[in-house]
Formats: sequence, C-alpha cells, structure tokens
Amino acid sequence: MMIATREAFSQAIVELGRKNEKIVVFNADLAHATKTYEFQKNFPDRHFNVGIAEMNMTGMAAGMAACGYIPFVSTFAAFGTGRNYDMIRNAVCYPNLNVKFALTHAGLTVGEDGATHQMLEDIALMNALPNMKIIAPADAVEAKQAIYAAAEINSPVYIRLGRAKTPVIYNDSYEFKFGKADVLVDGEDVTLAACGIMVAKALQAREVLKEKGINAAVLNFSTIKPIDKKAVLDFAKKTQAFVTIEEHSLKGGLGSIIASVTAENYPCAVKMVGASDTFGESGKPEELLEKYGLGINDIVSKALEAVNMKK
Amino acid sequence: MDLEKTARNIRINIIKQIYAAGSGHPGGALSAADILTLLYFEVMNIPSFTDENRDRFVMSKGHASALLYATLAQRGAIDLSLLPTFRKLGSPLQGHPDMNKVTGVDMTAGSLGLGVSAAAGMALAAKLGSHNYRVYTLLGDGELQEGSVWETFMAASHYKLDNFTVIIDNNNLQIDGEVDKVMSVYPLREKLVAFGFDAVEADGHDFSSLRKAFAVASNLNGKPCAIIAKTIKGKGVSFMENNADWHGKAPDKEQAALAVKELGGEL
Repeated sequence: MMIATREAFSQAIVELGRKNEKIVVFNADLAHATKTYEFQKNFPDRHFNVGIAEMNMTGMAAGMAACGYIPFVSTFAAFGTGRNYDMIRNAVCYPNLNVKFALTHAGLTVGEDGATHQMLEDIALMNALPNMKIIAPADAVEAKQAIYAAAEINSPVYIRLGRAKTPVIYNDSYEFKFGKADVLVDGEDVTLAACGIMVAKALQAREVLKEKGINAAVLNFSTIKPIDKKAVLDFAKKTQAFVTIEEHSLKGGLGSIIASVTAENYPCAVKMVGASDTFGESGKPEELLEKYGLGINDIVSKALEAVNMKK
Repeated sequence: MDLEKTARNIRINIIKQIYAAGSGHPGGALSAADILTLLYFEVMNIPSFTDENRDRFVMSKGHASALLYATLAQRGAIDLSLLPTFRKLGSPLQGHPDMNKVTGVDMTAGSLGLGVSAAAGMALAAKLGSHNYRVYTLLGDGELQEGSVWETFMAASHYKLDNFTVIIDNNNLQIDGEVDKVMSVYPLREKLVAFGFDAVEADGHDFSSLRKAFAVASNLNGKPCAIIAKTIKGKGVSFMENNADWHGKAPDKEQAALAVKELGGEL
C-alpha cells in the first residue's frame, strides 16, 4: 500500500482537533498541498491561512502558543525551515514556545517542481536549534502517531513529511515511541540506519544484502532529535558498521548526527547514503532518488564498503 | 498618579542600567519612555502579571529593553535592586527581553519584526478564546523596514484585530542615521491606512496627545489601530537628543552623571 505522509498528517490533525480545542492550524496558502484543508473544513475558526507569508505565520503561531494554544504550522519544508529560520530560532525555539512545524514536501521526492522546492538541508537547520525536536516518520502509520506524539510534547517539534505516495511498512499495531529508534530487523554484520521514506528502501536493500550473505540490521531513526544514543551505541558494538540512509544532504543530517555519536563514544565504520552537497532538479521521485545516489543499489554498495572497512 | 515624575524615574533608571552595564541602547529607550509610562500606569489593564486576562505588551523593538525593565520595576513586577544587573552574566535582565526570565515580559524579542508578529498572534488568541484583553506592541520606525512587519499588518487587518494596537516610536533615527535617508518608510499614516489600520499621529512626549490616540485604539470597530508617535530619540538628556550616535552606546561616568542630573536625579 502506498500513502503519502502528508495524507496521514491531514487525518491526524483532524483527530487531534476533535480531542483538543487548543489545537489550531496555520497555513501559508498551501492548505491543499499540505492537506490542512480537511482541518479547515472541520474547524474553520481554528484554521488560519495567513497567505504567502511564512515569517508572520510563525510569529503569530508563537504569540498564540504564548497564550496557551498549540499551533501546528504547515507549509513546504523548504520555506517553512529555510525562509523562516530566524522566526523559528528567535520567536519559537529561544522562548521554547509550543509550536509544531508539520512541514510537507521534504526531500527530492517533491519531484517535478525541482530544486527550489526540494528541501535537503532542513534537518541540519533544525537540529542546530536548542529546544527543537525532530521527527521524520517512515510511513503514513508512523506519521499519524508522530503528530499525536508531537502534540503531547510541550516544546517546538519539527515533523518532516513528504509529498509522494510511499510504501506503508507498519501495520496498525505499531507503537511510535518518541526518542526511540525502532529495530525493524535485527542483524550482526552491518546496521542500516534510516529515516523517513528511506526506511522502506533500507528494508529492500537488506534482502539484497542477504543474498550476498550479509545479515544487516535495519533501524528506523524516526526521532532525529534527540537521537537515540543507546540504540546507536548498542548497534555500533554489535555490528561495528553503519550505513546511514536519508533523503537529505550528507551535511548535517542523520548521517552526521549518528557519526558524531559513534566518533565520540565508540568509533566504528560509518558510510552515508544521502544527497552529496547538491541541489536537486526536476524529475520523477524514483528517478531522482536513483540519480542522486539514494537507490537500493547505493545502499547495498555502501553496506559492502562498511563491512569491508571493519576488516 | 504623577505621570511626569514616573517617566522621569524611568528615564533615570534607563541611564543607570546602561551605565552600569557599560552597554545598551539609550536613544530609543528614552524616546519611548512617555509612551510606556502611559501604557503601564493608565492604559493597560493588568490585575497581575500572571493573570490570563491581562492586557499584553510586546516590546518589538527589543533593544529598548532598559526601558521595559525600568517600567516594570516602577510597576512592581521587577525588584528595583535587579536593575544594576542589566546585561550582566547570570542576570534575568538580558540584553534583549526574555519572557522566560522575567515575569512581566510578555514576549521574547530582539530580532526586529518578531515581536509585532507574536503580538498579533496574541490578539488573535484573544479573539479565538473570546477574551477581552488587548495587545499593545511598540515598534521602531526603522523596524518597519523589515518586510515581515507588513505581513503582520496585512494579517492584523484581515483578521479584524481591533484588540491590537501598534505604536510606532517615530524618532526618525536608526543606527546608521536618519530613517528617510537609510531607507524611507514614509508616508507612514497613508501606508498604514492602506493596510486597513486606523492610523493616528500623536506627540509621543505629550500624555494628553497620547491619551487621545489610545482612545481611538480602544474603539472596537473591526480595525487594528496604529499610533504614530512623534518622538525625539534620546529625549530628556540634552546631549543625546536627536543624535543617532546614542542609539547603542553607553555613557561614561561623567556623561551618565550629567544625564541623570538633567533628569533630576543623582547617579
């Protein structure tokens, strides 16, 4: 089954709105693309479309949070974290106000819109901010739960969501635990540490590696900040080798975060799959992932390199 | 209530704080001292600084922090003995106001354009929750050069935030010189009217003129209000008046003593 994580956000935020009248939603003329229009339909008084004005959207959300509301700010990840950075830093993170950033269209899989809309630096930006938490859900099931979890956390949270329909890897019995990596498959030879839509790719890569006689563990690091240090170190000790896999720049993303944990505490082989100091371009999501080194074969070859580094 | 005397005390404490810190922004703090005096001692309804239904004030020109702290101290929210710790390591009185360090600071600010936007969010929250509180925010005239400020003005008018009052400290000076030479923001009233505001001009150093302007602001007619307060940067200290050099500079001991003396006090 294929469902976009933005779709899951749309459903979850309506559910939340029903349960808690303090939930409000802000949008910057993208209520259809980010799918908050469902919330708007159900709770017209609590949905604010501020027009194409991301900075004021964030400032106003901060003001509402200071008065006890729980605003979910929604736009594309590129504008929501990029153009908006100073507002997030100074109006939300510094005063630690309870604003959630449910930003869609992260990564290359935006597709045809091209580089301006394909955000690949958002994790780096948000990870550098004190008080900010980051969740990059692996699929629609986890995205829904991540939205619920974010509402329970009394601080800023960035939820990284995608545009494209992507595989559903979890069934309804899955329980998202904020701050905990999910061990999807155990293994001894190498750890495939992925986030977002790349978790499904990691699972596929594992099957290819198995045919080559390599038993890889697959971990979903959906909580990126704070990173699950214990999981990183447990698997560093167990497998001695990591491949980090993310639809994000190699500069400052999940790979950098995991590598800094291993480097400081338990140095081991770390290879990284991600966008290599580059902007994207127009194309179909799958074509783009292949072209920019985010295909299953890229994961497999990095895993082989990581295993070789151990020897 | 002797507003003149209160404003004078606030000005003295602005100079004392900045002198003790050896840094700070006297010019734009002194220019708005009368505005804050009237707000905190007459206009705003603040049963207590933690009352959910209190009127809010956001110092969008956050560099005028010494003014906010001096006013809050005068109003009893901050202990007067804290003022000499302004801008020093470990002090709650940060260079730019921090809402989590001082009860009475309604919003953190410092990056220009931020406070006004948050203040509009507070006014929107009041509307949504059917609360009667009003939200006031003070902007510098140079601050109006930040594009996001106009995003906020658009939204304030769109959401009919008649509980929202923007006060512009129009001293016509910013760090690099005269506002109309650096980057003109004029004509101000016309721009604000075009953005859907009730826009009124006032003498920012005359309580009766300001009082009339705040009366317009209290009118619940579906429109936000902007008060363009004509002020003198450095007001009250002869050698600081109308001089952009005093935007962000501390007086030395001699200058501080002279300034405080001119204001009728003692360093």
